[in-house]
Amino acid sequence: MRNVIALRSAVPTLLDDDPWQLLRDGDEPLPAGRLLVPLKVWLERHGQRPEGQDGLWLGPDDEIEPLAPLLAHLPLIAIDFPSFRDGRGYSQAYLLRTRLGWQGELRAIGDVLRDQLSHMRQCGFDSFAVREDKSAEDALKGLAGMSVLYGRSVIEPRPLFRRR
Amino acid sequence: MYQYDEYDRALVFERVAQFRDQVQRFMAGELSEEEFLPLRLQNGLYLQKHAYMLRVAIPYGTLGARQLRTLALIAREYDRGYGHFTTRQNIQFNWIELAQVPDILQRLAEVEMHAIQTSGNCVRNITTEAFAGVAADELLDPRPLAEILRQWSTINPEFLFLPRKFKIAICSAVEDRAAIMMHDIGLYLYRDDLGQMCLRVMVGGGLGRTPILGLQIREGLPWQHLLSYVEAILRVYNRHGRRDNKYKARIKILVKALGIDAFAREVEQEWQHIKDGPAQLTEAEFQRVAAAFEPPAYDSVVDSGVDFETHLVQDHDFARWVACCVKPHKVPGYASVVLSTKPGAASPPGDLTAAQMEAVADWSEQFGFGEIRIAHEQNLILPDVRKQDLHALWRLACERGLGTANIGLLTDIIACPGGDFCALANAKSIPIAQSIQRCFDDLDYLHDLGDLSLNISGCINACGHHHIGNIGILGVDKNGSEWYQVTLGGAQGKDSTLGKVIGPSFSAAQIPSVIEQIIATYCAYRELDEPFIDTVRRVGLEPFKERVYASRPEELICVM
Repeated sequence: MRNVIALRSAVPTLLDDDPWQLLRDGDEPLPAGRLLVPLKVWLERHGQRPEGQDGLWLGPDDEIEPLAPLLAHLPLIAIDFPSFRDGRGYSQAYLLRTRLGWQGELRAIGDVLRDQLSHMRQCGFDSFAVREDKSAEDALKGLAGMSVLYGRSVIEPRPLFRRR
Repeated sequence: MYQYDEYDRALVFERVAQFRDQVQRFMAGELSEEEFLPLRLQNGLYLQKHAYMLRVAIPYGTLGARQLRTLALIAREYDRGYGHFTTRQNIQFNWIELAQVPDILQRLAEVEMHAIQTSGNCVRNITTEAFAGVAADELLDPRPLAEILRQWSTINPEFLFLPRKFKIAICSAVEDRAAIMMHDIGLYLYRDDLGQMCLRVMVGGGLGRTPILGLQIREGLPWQHLLSYVEAILRVYNRHGRRDNKYKARIKILVKALGIDAFAREVEQEWQHIKDGPAQLTEAEFQRVAAAFEPPAYDSVVDSGVDFETHLVQDHDFARWVACCVKPHKVPGYASVVLSTKPGAASPPGDLTAAQMEAVADWSEQFGFGEIRIAHEQNLILPDVRKQDLHALWRLACERGLGTANIGLLTDIIACPGGDFCALANAKSIPIAQSIQRCFDDLDYLHDLGDLSLNISGCINACGHHHIGNIGILGVDKNGSEWYQVTLGGAQGKDSTLGKVIGPSFSAAQIPSVIEQIIATYCAYRELDEPFIDTVRRVGLEPFKERVYASRPEELICVM
């Protein structure tokens, strides 16, 4: 994928060699290489492909809890934001990280924009495929966000009143 | 009042800087209108018919004198000299230049104020009743938990793009003056049999297109679990609330679709995962915040001095004002004073000029402890006035047009800005309010009629809360012209009721006579001093319908 920012040891890095290809639709002929596929396609191909070749992306309607038994076989999970105003992905990310204990890469894809990156980061995303018509370099500025978080988040599980 | 510490201050100033950058990028064309929209909404900025409107949060309706002076300054320097207090304890400025908004927000931040999340599909300003901390019938002070919720919900990263707006109110008095049943989450704070602070949680209330009273989802929730329980509700809503239709996106639709029991089970299941985690509130945090709301240093005075009693006896106008504008206080010798923003047709409900704001700020210091409250009825309150000062305050208030003795009466009309300003409105609200106020300008008559609420909304979004007015007026569009639907029997408080439509809509010109006919019917059926709402409940809608529709030529009726 192009335009990907990833946190490497917490340092935001612009990737110029991201190996993943996003497959939006399971019907098209599958290209070679490492693919990011919808849940349905992933389940169909599971066991047929070498481990680690297929990543999975979730739509906002996909449930998180049934993924638990699959986690050990996943090299990467992506969550799609069909619109940046659809906030379901934030709760999905929270659940993946906190409830299911997903430790691997969690990537935001779709309508991913500079002004939402810090919220995504708080909710546990650690890579961000910035919308392709936008500058990823510019979007880097959106990652820092604010210095104060009143509540809690995936990366800061203690609310401010326990840190104050 | 709550005072910001270094964290609170850092947050509001960083937010101003962030929004300044976003405004610049929008004006430079780097952000599209669509991308900028939620960013500006979450900073309180709407685009109305004529200009941008900025909505500033007044958390749980509490203002300091310095803050009110800053609002006056903003009205004068950046607007047309006035501001509009809303039904959600906010203030709106109607004539704002986009380029100046960051400077306005900077001014607000300097006095510990902001416009964060006063709009957008996120948790909005937390509201409570205007008499919190001073009401004679209060069980517990709701403000510490309201402030704790304000902080927790401010820029909470998971819940900034909910399916729709989300309103939370908290109250803790015998009378519910915070309309908690009309909120996405309504919280009622009380002590259980063991003396522990507990919450009754209501969910899924709201007005708008589908008015529904909230349903109880939990009784006896220990206060320490407030944040985790609200978080569980929000997570269930964020994941499962409808996003395909903005009119079906509020949590009330989800609660209705699942049923309250199934919804409660979902919440309970989610809550079990988080309830004993770090979100559990600590006694230390409660005490830290509660310390900011310690009662001020009241004088020890006799409850009712000779001067006050003498004025009451000798001055009829003063006595009338005291009867409806002065409310009982916890502390002997003190009272809370409601300053009416509804002097009649001269000024739209909720509007205050910069000079009036400055005067109120002065009085709050002269006659109180420098604190002002905003009521959801759009009036201002001085919470701590000594009874011996009431007469002096009343005279000053009358000079400034804020001493009208009509609180709780027919002309204390609640109205949204309506079609004069709002891009969503189907019809104007302000001229309707004014035409009714013109008809009923005899204060003695209004006092004889007694308690009666009249609410006007310019569209189905119901910002004027017309569903819960004893008389409700809703602006509707009929082939491009403005018509008004009338409801009767709505009420707020513990006996909250949604009003019922009496029949076909009316033109603006007909409204004053329609209200006159409704009042005439009430007077005909009223028993002794029976309040309007009780008469409506007792006799039903029929007598009102008969009289209103019998007296009008049929051709004037717009059949909706």
